[in-house]
Amino acid sequence: MTESLPALTEPAGAAAPHVPAVRRGAFRRLVRNPLGLVAAVVLLVVVVGAAAAPWLTTHAPDAADLRSAFGPSAPGHPLGLDSAGRDIWSRLLFGARNTLGGALLALAVAMVLGIPAGLVAGYAGRWFDAVSGWVVNLLMALPAMIVLLAARAIIGPTVWALMIILGVLAAPSFFRLVRGIVVNVRHELYVDSARVSGLPPWRIIGRHVLVVVRAPIIIQISLVAGVALGLQAGLEFIGVGSSSDLPTWGGMLNEGFQFVQRDRTLLLWPGLALGLTSAALVLLGAALRDVLEDRGTDPVVRRRDRAAQRAVAPAVLDGKAERSPLLSIRSLAVSYALPDGSQREVVHEVDLDVRPGEVVGLVGESGSGKTQTAFSALGILPSGGRVSRGSIQVDGQEVVGLSAASWRQLRSHVVSYVPQEPMSNLDPSFTVGSQLVEPIRAATGASRAQARERALGLLRSVEIEDPERTFRAYPHEISGGMAQRVLLAGAMACNPRLLIADEPTTALDVTVQAEVLEVLRRLQQERGLGVLLVTHSLGVVADLCDTVAVMQDGRIVESGPVDQVLTAPREEYTRRLLAAVLDEGQPPTVAAGRADEGER
Amino acid sequence: MLFYVVRRAAAGVLLLLVISFLTFVLLSLPGQDVGRTLLGLNASEQAVAAKNSQLGIDRSVLAQYGDWLSGAVRGDLGTSWFTSEDVWTAIGNRLPVTLSIMVGVTLVTGVLSFGLGVWAGVRRGAVDRFVQVFGVAGYALPGFLVTLVLVLVFAVELGWFPAIGYVPLTDSVGGWLSTITLPIIALSIGSVAGMAQQVRSSVIEVMRQDYVRTLVSRGLPMRSVLFRHVLRNASAPALTVLGLQFVGLLGGAVLVEQIFGLPGIGAMTVSYTTRGDVPIIMGLLMVSVVGVVVINLFVDIAIGLLNPKARVA
Repeated sequence: MTESLPALTEPAGAAAPHVPAVRRGAFRRLVRNPLGLVAAVVLLVVVVGAAAAPWLTTHAPDAADLRSAFGPSAPGHPLGLDSAGRDIWSRLLFGARNTLGGALLALAVAMVLGIPAGLVAGYAGRWFDAVSGWVVNLLMALPAMIVLLAARAIIGPTVWALMIILGVLAAPSFFRLVRGIVVNVRHELYVDSARVSGLPPWRIIGRHVLVVVRAPIIIQISLVAGVALGLQAGLEFIGVGSSSDLPTWGGMLNEGFQFVQRDRTLLLWPGLALGLTSAALVLLGAALRDVLEDRGTDPVVRRRDRAAQRAVAPAVLDGKAERSPLLSIRSLAVSYALPDGSQREVVHEVDLDVRPGEVVGLVGESGSGKTQTAFSALGILPSGGRVSRGSIQVDGQEVVGLSAASWRQLRSHVVSYVPQEPMSNLDPSFTVGSQLVEPIRAATGASRAQARERALGLLRSVEIEDPERTFRAYPHEISGGMAQRVLLAGAMACNPRLLIADEPTTALDVTVQAEVLEVLRRLQQERGLGVLLVTHSLGVVADLCDTVAVMQDGRIVESGPVDQVLTAPREEYTRRLLAAVLDEGQPPTVAAGRADEGER
Repeated sequence: MLFYVVRRAAAGVLLLLVISFLTFVLLSLPGQDVGRTLLGLNASEQAVAAKNSQLGIDRSVLAQYGDWLSGAVRGDLGTSWFTSEDVWTAIGNRLPVTLSIMVGVTLVTGVLSFGLGVWAGVRRGAVDRFVQVFGVAGYALPGFLVTLVLVLVFAVELGWFPAIGYVPLTDSVGGWLSTITLPIIALSIGSVAGMAQQVRSSVIEVMRQDYVRTLVSRGLPMRSVLFRHVLRNASAPALTVLGLQFVGLLGGAVLVEQIFGLPGIGAMTVSYTTRGDVPIIMGLLMVSVVGVVVINLFVDIAIGLLNPKARVA
């Protein structure tokens, strides 16, 4: 399932350490990207024009003829003449040399300084990381334009020297990018193992690290080049770059702006040249990002799909009428939209019932669709996923296509959820207490003080020793086991009758697991809860459940009372699961380790 | 929290010290004969020497820096070499212009980019595509080029705003507004483009977090999940970008003030630096770096308030 839903597991925006290297065919794909192709062609034209300037022009860029100032376009002067009677076409092409050259110089300096420093700081860390981090903070606090102006006061109007300084100021953008990625890669297992196997650092950097930073650097180059171009032209525009005879786009813009009332074309041509080149650089960067990072579009749920989601008619079911009052799932199918617009069904034809006071185990290995089934019953499928067929009744109410308001009613009073990872399921920015109080108030309209009392009572009921202190704590200040108790307390806040627990103990230490399960069992018995317990542990099932359903590849392959299924399994798959437990002879787990990575 | 703020502030002060020292040393390096430049070629050697010693530039760089620093902490940035103006007065006269623009741009950027970014991140669809295209476009075009187009269209062609000049707020509110509106729009385009993108991607990132799903499962209304939890967690990275953008805005202000003929810090930088007036250059650089440090301190405090973990780190 992991490979089928790339966009769901991929962190957005973060510099993913798995950015694939510049692949073969990247160029072909870039050319096929219309925006990228146009941008590349524009840049090529500009560069060729600049390089071939002497052969493409008939007049020198500084040959002035005051009599024909502001002259219109004429043979030999395709774009006309400027305020001093100089050929605009020629100044534009020769100006490209100076303007692009300046930007290129700044870019080169930034790369030479930033990339190696970023590699070393990210890979070796220690004092170099600390020192370079400080230098980078310092550079980033400096306003480039003002520093360049100050520098010009000292070193005089030599635009090349200013571009070197600009390169120094732009180096942090490469440094931070490279360092960030390298720090990530360094902690990857394959780099660790390379290090353990005694590969020298330069080999590791060459083989594993450079491959990963290459694509982001290429993208960054086009972005920094765009910025450098803008600043170069900006400096020339305010007339502090070079002497006015040297043709530059910024200088031409300055002249055009002075005579804007008289002749707009003076502004038009350099403006167009600068705008197109700069836009081409940034668009090329955007296209390169799409190609190199291979980012498909998110499986965005389009409005149409959303409507379709609501419109799914509850399946008309056959006559075996009598459905369980608490949770009843019939012929459920869950589908995900793929980036290419097609749908992939991950849960097929699932039937499941939970009666009041009954604990139903849903077991299966990672990716078998058990979490998807549980999420469907809570209406919290991730974006892109939807119930594509079938019917789910919670407390007798059909919930497929239910409105947001009705869902809130159900979640506030009937059904609640205990998640898998304790730490990531608490909002790090709010205290434990406020995360308990808020839903209580939303559900019951209780006053702050009442809700607080109730929350403290809940914390006591999950056997937290110092409820007051936990109430005031932030999530990062409590342990994983404590956090899972808090989540259990949160699930109890609405006095639910149905609890849906998704691997509630998987992420915990073995000893803590037993304690949390004990709390869960007690709460279930005290309150007569119906529980749907998603787990991959047959031990938990044997311990807690009345009935069990076994899932494989999105289908329920076997279900029945726990005694029967565990002692006399009918299906080969169930037998294998059981055998695996017996072989290991330890806490019975079906799929150890990173369970359900793909399902979250 | 207090400790966190104090530490951040101390880091800012340290940064100021280092930058001021480096700048001062670099500005003193080339050994220009300032006295000669001021008095002209006909002045006698003695007069030049006297002038240099009057300005204090015949002493060691360290001694000069010590003097400058002890003045600076008392709010005395020295006097201009060329016009004998008090540096602080000269800057103080022009600061309101630049501040008007910067505050305006920050407000516009904050409101628009959070609005657009959250909308795009939550609803996706057309708004999302707009924010992404706008993000690329705003980044793709050099700010001053956009400014030139704005002047051309709204000031020269349509005549809705004056093309150049500045009316102080104390003279006329309407006049002040009409002179700073176009500059603010010009500078905001780029910064809204960049920051709306950032807000959008952090909103999307936070919406995918497990705790958002859990909060929804607790029966909280979407409104409160969005505005209390998602927004709070998404705003820290966005605020960091705002801090970074401020540095770029100072550069943008130089160009925009030049184009609109606004008598602010930026225009002042252009005119004074061409002459190599060291006390003024030091003053201008320090004022802008103080601006950057203060903004980043605000950002750090805001992030500390929003995210309890940041206070520890």
